[in-house]
Amino acid sequence: MTQAFRIENGGLINRDKKLSFKFNGKTYLGYEGDTLASALLANGVHLVGRSFKYHRPRGFFGAGVDEPYAVVQLFRNGETEPNIKATEQELFEGLEAKSVNCWPSVNFDIGAINNFLKIFLPAGFYYKTFMWPKSFWYRIYEPFIRKAAGLGVASTKHDKERYEHKYEYCDLLIAGSGPSGLAGAYAAAKNGAKVILAEDKPRFGGSLLTSDVNIGNQSGKDWAEGIITELKTMPNVVVKNRSQIFGYYDHNMLVMSEKVSDHLPSTKKYHPNKRLWYIRAKEVLISSGSIERPIVFGNNDTPGVMLSSAAKEYLKVYGVLVGRKPLVFTNNDSGYETAIEFKKHGLDPVVLDSRKNPESEIIDEAKNLGINIKNSYVVVAAQGYKKVKSADIASISEDKKQLGKIENILCDCICVSGFWTPTIHLASQSGNKTKFKEDIDAFVPGQSKQNEITLGAANGVFSLEETLKTSFTAGSELSKKITENDNKVAIPNVVEKKSSQHDKFWCVPLPKGKNYKRFLDFQNDVAVSDVEIALREGYRSIEHVKRYTTLGMATDQGKTSNLNGLQLVSEIENKVVPAVGHTTFRPPYTPISIGAIVGREVGKHSKPTRKSPMHSWHEKNNAVFVDAGVWLRPRYYKRGNENLFEGSKREAKNVRTNVGVCDVTTLGKIDIKGPDAAELLNRVYTNAWLKLPVGKARYGVMLREDGIVMDDGTTTRISENHYHMTTTTAQAANVLSHLEYYLQLVWPELNVNVVSTTEQWAGAAIAGPKSRDLLQKLFPNSDVSNEGLPFMGYMEGDLFGVKARIYRISFSGELAYEVNVESDYGNFMWEKIIEVGEEFNIQPYGTEALSTLRIEMGHVAGSELDGRTIPFDNALEGLVSKKKDFIGKRSLQRSAFTAEDRQRIVGVVPLDKQTSIPEGSHLVKDDKAPLPNPKLGHISASCWSVEYDNPFSLAILKDGKNMIGQKLFAMSPLKNKVIPVEIVSSHYVDPKGERVRS
Amino acid sequence: MLYINCPHCGMRSQNEFSYGGDASVKRPELNKEVSDQEWDNFVYNRKSLRGKHLELWQHISGCRQWIKVERDTATHEIFRTFKADEEVA
Repeated sequence: MTQAFRIENGGLINRDKKLSFKFNGKTYLGYEGDTLASALLANGVHLVGRSFKYHRPRGFFGAGVDEPYAVVQLFRNGETEPNIKATEQELFEGLEAKSVNCWPSVNFDIGAINNFLKIFLPAGFYYKTFMWPKSFWYRIYEPFIRKAAGLGVASTKHDKERYEHKYEYCDLLIAGSGPSGLAGAYAAAKNGAKVILAEDKPRFGGSLLTSDVNIGNQSGKDWAEGIITELKTMPNVVVKNRSQIFGYYDHNMLVMSEKVSDHLPSTKKYHPNKRLWYIRAKEVLISSGSIERPIVFGNNDTPGVMLSSAAKEYLKVYGVLVGRKPLVFTNNDSGYETAIEFKKHGLDPVVLDSRKNPESEIIDEAKNLGINIKNSYVVVAAQGYKKVKSADIASISEDKKQLGKIENILCDCICVSGFWTPTIHLASQSGNKTKFKEDIDAFVPGQSKQNEITLGAANGVFSLEETLKTSFTAGSELSKKITENDNKVAIPNVVEKKSSQHDKFWCVPLPKGKNYKRFLDFQNDVAVSDVEIALREGYRSIEHVKRYTTLGMATDQGKTSNLNGLQLVSEIENKVVPAVGHTTFRPPYTPISIGAIVGREVGKHSKPTRKSPMHSWHEKNNAVFVDAGVWLRPRYYKRGNENLFEGSKREAKNVRTNVGVCDVTTLGKIDIKGPDAAELLNRVYTNAWLKLPVGKARYGVMLREDGIVMDDGTTTRISENHYHMTTTTAQAANVLSHLEYYLQLVWPELNVNVVSTTEQWAGAAIAGPKSRDLLQKLFPNSDVSNEGLPFMGYMEGDLFGVKARIYRISFSGELAYEVNVESDYGNFMWEKIIEVGEEFNIQPYGTEALSTLRIEMGHVAGSELDGRTIPFDNALEGLVSKKKDFIGKRSLQRSAFTAEDRQRIVGVVPLDKQTSIPEGSHLVKDDKAPLPNPKLGHISASCWSVEYDNPFSLAILKDGKNMIGQKLFAMSPLKNKVIPVEIVSSHYVDPKGERVRS
Repeated sequence: MLYINCPHCGMRSQNEFSYGGDASVKRPELNKEVSDQEWDNFVYNRKSLRGKHLELWQHISGCRQWIKVERDTATHEIFRTFKADEEVA
């Protein structure tokens, strides 16, 4: 069977290029320019899936973005993507797709048993049934529902495709290339505005591709083609097809997803799969058109029942007949247009019109063609299981409550038109409060909220003449505001057939004794009866009804179902539709692939990686790296088969006995200059800074205004009005902003400049008893003796021709120095230190050894300065000046901060001197106490003390000051450990601090 | 995404800025006796207005200047922006 439903000629497909594709394992042929949907229909395939809940057979309902049924799993170039609408997926050679939501096959689906159990599966079924017993949820219900429900399957492989983000600015952004969009774009472009015109489909023109109209003495389609061709040549215009504007955000920021490669068998080299555009537009013209809505009747989900506009599009764009015996069921003139197209291609459609005696030019044309028209007639139910075989029809009373005698007529498709619903999603997302338009029974945008205007069918205007007139004018006016040009274009004359008023009729009553399912929402199997149940059970807000019944949810977001749902609620509640209101329109308008949203921020690009100038040396010397914020730092330098524990222990021990060198480039550095620099430091730090001499460093603690420690570090007075501040690696950016805040806003009278110099300096900490000997060899011309460079001293030196800054400061608690050189000389400095240090048995040490050294010395770091502690908690109250004021000082008087039993840092040693205490363990008095066991404190940092060769931890402990010598338990439920411990001083090693001064 | 007129750099997207809270808060002067209530008001108590709000933003990925932005917290409309030292009338 080859494309039996393709007509001989016509359509916009390229008949010279045949494409072969596979659906559910079977090979078919289609043409270039087809969608997967049109190609399947050309081959007579109407069964493409199973419904979500009842697993009823599903065919095609629409021809585009509104499609609720034809959702497939796509296979392309070794990748798979779920939930692709067959109506949107363009055909390419070798395309493969499969049905979703059916097992083992679409023809025989076990889940279809739900269809016979449907009486037991009403609205809210899942909520009601799977609630008890509670323990069954995770083990039984949830996995079962997950397997039975759900649409496609996401790939578990790494996505090889590339996605791009692009930022763009324009004067006028136009969403949709139908008559309104084309007219607006053309007028604005001719007036010199920078225009972006976006069309979600591959072809431009919107309704002009299928409607029978004339513009400026040519067919609508030809006129559209002419406009697009001209727009494409204009330098101030960007024209994009396959591009969906899916979100309207604050301050006229719109986001568009451009499908660059989805229509190709594989993505071209250097091309992305999709491109996400962030567009900041001065003005926006929303010309998104409208979507036909269905009329609700019995079994209206049977494959073969579809929107009449879709049937027309398949015929006019793709040259495909959706059936050979069509039945058209309409409440307005649109159905006649479809019937006329069928008739022109030699078929004999029957039209059922719910209206009694409608008259219009279109109806006259249908009558003249001899089309069989039945007025005041409706489809009561479709018959057939996997495909429509016939329809039960009946006459209907004027009040639409009574059905006449039911007749059965043979047909193989039912084309439904229940009038049109403007696509107001973008306008609504912009903040526009929608209003209900009585004459079209639908919501339209109200007062513009941002710089947006909605025109044409999206604004509920279905006359082409009016649409073109308003859109040309809007294009001129909007562009005039921006460009101040006034080049108007002539508005072409229009020939279109006038329509008559539609019938406010949307749901066919059930015949006596019949209980047909009448579906409102096709993707989620929400029937009229489900909404009735929800209302009976007391759900009133439309948002609640939506969530309880799932009406309007899932991948199509109710594009064809929302309004009928509102009609039903309004009828039952005896309210008008605008009083019921509609659910919120949220972006995205259509599903957007996660890849497009993520863009290039994957893998290594998901965050920046900062490396010190010495990074390549670390790499060459077997450093094992660790993430420290965005920095990569050596954790330890692996020797042989050493693990982290062994390696870091060796490195720390070598610092305590010989000398070690650590890369401290990552520390934040801020250059502070100006006559009031000392005054600034005096206000920012808790201790006194006014008398710090030139050539001296001082350790300082800074607080937030709430009294909590923000950061610590040393600051050195380089010269009279010049200071060098260091911060912790993590807080570097915050501290700079903090200083800028006070200088710019609070104390602008201070004459000080601050600038980050973190990246300008490479730093090496040289620590250990032999560090002075090494330093003397590195700087033979400088006096680095204890007198020449005392503890907390600073000098400049000459490192083999490179200018260096030498600070005598220590984090390890040993005699130690920090040498800084300009970043470009970092590696040179490092290699010299290693080379000269060889005779002193120097070893580089990483962050793990660094932690060990500071923990056993009781020096605080990020794990203690965790945003919850004040100076006292960290045994830093000696640095808090009583004489002067500083940021956060007043907060330290808060009663909780001055409480007698205030928490405080302590040292913790396991009684067995063997068991390492997991960080985060809680300290408790009684390990057998019932839960919740009162927590006295927590372990903030743990190490293996190289000084005493046993585990040692720091903890923040309630009343820590008076707890020294107490025996407690460290409990870690996570690691399932209970460790008896003794509380000791946090200064475990060298409590008097003699080594740093030696 | 908001579009903020930095008084130093011009129109820039929100992702170049970081938010800094209520701009009407005045820090008590240094070395001045401050009651608990006054200090609490300065450190913690904020009005969380619905409507026009004068707030601080820092142009961290631009000129690094702190600026004042008059914004409607409900609609996100931005009315005016000011330099740090500009008086807001």
